[in-house]
Amino acid sequence: MTLTRQAIPALLILALALPLAASTPEERGLAIALEADRRDAGFHDSTARLEMTLRNRHGEESQRTLRNKALEQPGDGDKGLVIFDAPADIDGTALLTFSHKTGDDDQWLYLPALARVKRISSSNKSGPFVGSEFAYEDISSQEVEEYDYKYLRDETFSGQDSFVIERYPVDPKSGYTRQVVWLDQAEYRVLKVDFYDRKDSLLKTLTYTGYQQYLGQYWRADLMEMINHQTGKSTELAWSDYEFQLGLEERDFDRASLARAR
Amino acid sequence: MSFRRSSFLVSAVVVALVATAVAAESPGEWSGFAAVESRGYAEDPGFAGQDSGSPTSLVFEPEYYRELAGGDQSLTFRPFARLDSVDDERTHFDIRELSWRRVERNWELLAGVSKVFWGVTESQHLVDIVNQTDLVENPDGEDKLGQPMVRLSLVRNWGIVDLFLLPGFRERTFPGADGRLRPPLPVDTEDAVYESSAGQEHVDYALRWSHAVGAFDLGLSWFEGTSREPLLTLSPTDTGTLVPYYEQVSQVGLDTQATLGNWLLKLEAVERSSRSSDFAATTAGLEYTFWGAFGSSLDLGVVAEHLWDERGELATSPFEDDTFLATRLAFNDTQSTEILAGAIFDNDGDGSQIVIEASRRIGSSWIVEAEMRAFSGNDPTDPFAFLRDDDFFQLSVQRHF
Repeated sequence: MTLTRQAIPALLILALALPLAASTPEERGLAIALEADRRDAGFHDSTARLEMTLRNRHGEESQRTLRNKALEQPGDGDKGLVIFDAPADIDGTALLTFSHKTGDDDQWLYLPALARVKRISSSNKSGPFVGSEFAYEDISSQEVEEYDYKYLRDETFSGQDSFVIERYPVDPKSGYTRQVVWLDQAEYRVLKVDFYDRKDSLLKTLTYTGYQQYLGQYWRADLMEMINHQTGKSTELAWSDYEFQLGLEERDFDRASLARAR
Repeated sequence: MSFRRSSFLVSAVVVALVATAVAAESPGEWSGFAAVESRGYAEDPGFAGQDSGSPTSLVFEPEYYRELAGGDQSLTFRPFARLDSVDDERTHFDIRELSWRRVERNWELLAGVSKVFWGVTESQHLVDIVNQTDLVENPDGEDKLGQPMVRLSLVRNWGIVDLFLLPGFRERTFPGADGRLRPPLPVDTEDAVYESSAGQEHVDYALRWSHAVGAFDLGLSWFEGTSREPLLTLSPTDTGTLVPYYEQVSQVGLDTQATLGNWLLKLEAVERSSRSSDFAATTAGLEYTFWGAFGSSLDLGVVAEHLWDERGELATSPFEDDTFLATRLAFNDTQSTEILAGAIFDNDGDGSQIVIEASRRIGSSWIVEAEMRAFSGNDPTDPFAFLRDDDFFQLSVQRHF
């Protein structure tokens, strides 16, 4: 998956040309999504640690700690392994996901108390992930094919020249009619997403802050904050210990690895 | 309870490995839980000798885990203890896990005492035969004793093959004479009888292949050794007690699940042969989940399974032709509130069991769990009939660390 030196300039020229050449707002929206995806491709594998803080409207907090491992799949969605460390009662619980560009993902859950690996339905796109304001579809691997796109406008957001695009989930089981996404023009990093529910009212806003670059290419936000405008609840994701290209393999993402993940 | 020679050997291997490997590694980590559990029975006991009190138990299950050799090897130690205020047989200690594991590119090796789970269904676990049931824990049979084993897993493109060598047999635990949830006569586990002259020293073998292809998960298994499910016979020496008789069995098992959108279709089937019988049994069913039911964030799952045993009324399990219906509610709130309600009933109209379980997290490290079980049945051949005076409500408070 590593690009050759010769291929990089050719792709860059193509990518720079694409947004300009695209004529309709739909083509331009897709071109921006493809470029953002291209810039993030080739990381091969990564691991990170995540502190989730769930807040209700009274400001009461509860915490989750988990670790995430991801493996890029050429031609398909990523493979992912999520391991829970806290709360203590779910310590060692692990979720293995083979995401696909189209159709349902494959998911297995490991329940340490029963030593049981359970294949679970992944058709629950819009349900909350571990009681948070993030739906399963918000935390799963984002594939270009999962949306239709439309370029809206250029705008200055937090002092950065940005593209504003709209994307429409292809999956009818999605909880959203549309999402409005702000990406900075310099690096194609997502800065903000507004989520509109099935009745097309503004449901949630996700903001990304503290972007850091890894391996001179891959940008990751240290902090992601999701605010639910309809309930007043919010969830903060604080990422740390990002590592890339550790040499993870398929073997680190199979059912045997799930049962000993911790 | 007794870990005899062969199982002791496995533990000795582990201890030796610990001694050689521990030296300059990072320290391990402790986790686990402690719980207080209280049960109240709805009726007075039905059999002579049973205590009419409401038992309270203390449960402790810590776990020590340590990585070795940069993470390619690990050690796990998880002892378990229960102190029960009424039943001396429920007061027990077990080593749930004491194992060393080595992970390589195409294989994994585990030696020591451990636990495995095979299967897909919810109402009973026909295929799951490696670990003995710790029946004093709960009549649902979900709790298992640690099993001494050497397990080699071969990971291939065409699936995972697990080879098991199982030295050392674990006897099923049974409530004592003063305990509830037992047959009319108490089971004397001290005098267990074995078909094999090797008794508890008999070495069992098991093999399993499992694979996932698209929407399908498939497992095929084979087991040769001492049956985990004893036949209960009248004691020849002590009238008024039952003794367990453990046959030699060979079992072939199949478990498969199709995961199709909101639907899960499940099947488990076994063919088990022993000197006394040769029979087939199946559990087949489905599960459907309404995500975000009632326009809320609640998930409502509905489970229906049919349990069948070729032996009919002669079956050693209570499920020869039974239906299981259950509903699972996950509130998806920050406290992970869950409720499970189910009923299993004999299709001939006699004997049923109802269960309701609810759990909720309090703060970050406490879990409160409530459980209710009710039994009915008048047919004396149906094991539920023995339990009809043992309807109970249980409250448990757990502190996880």
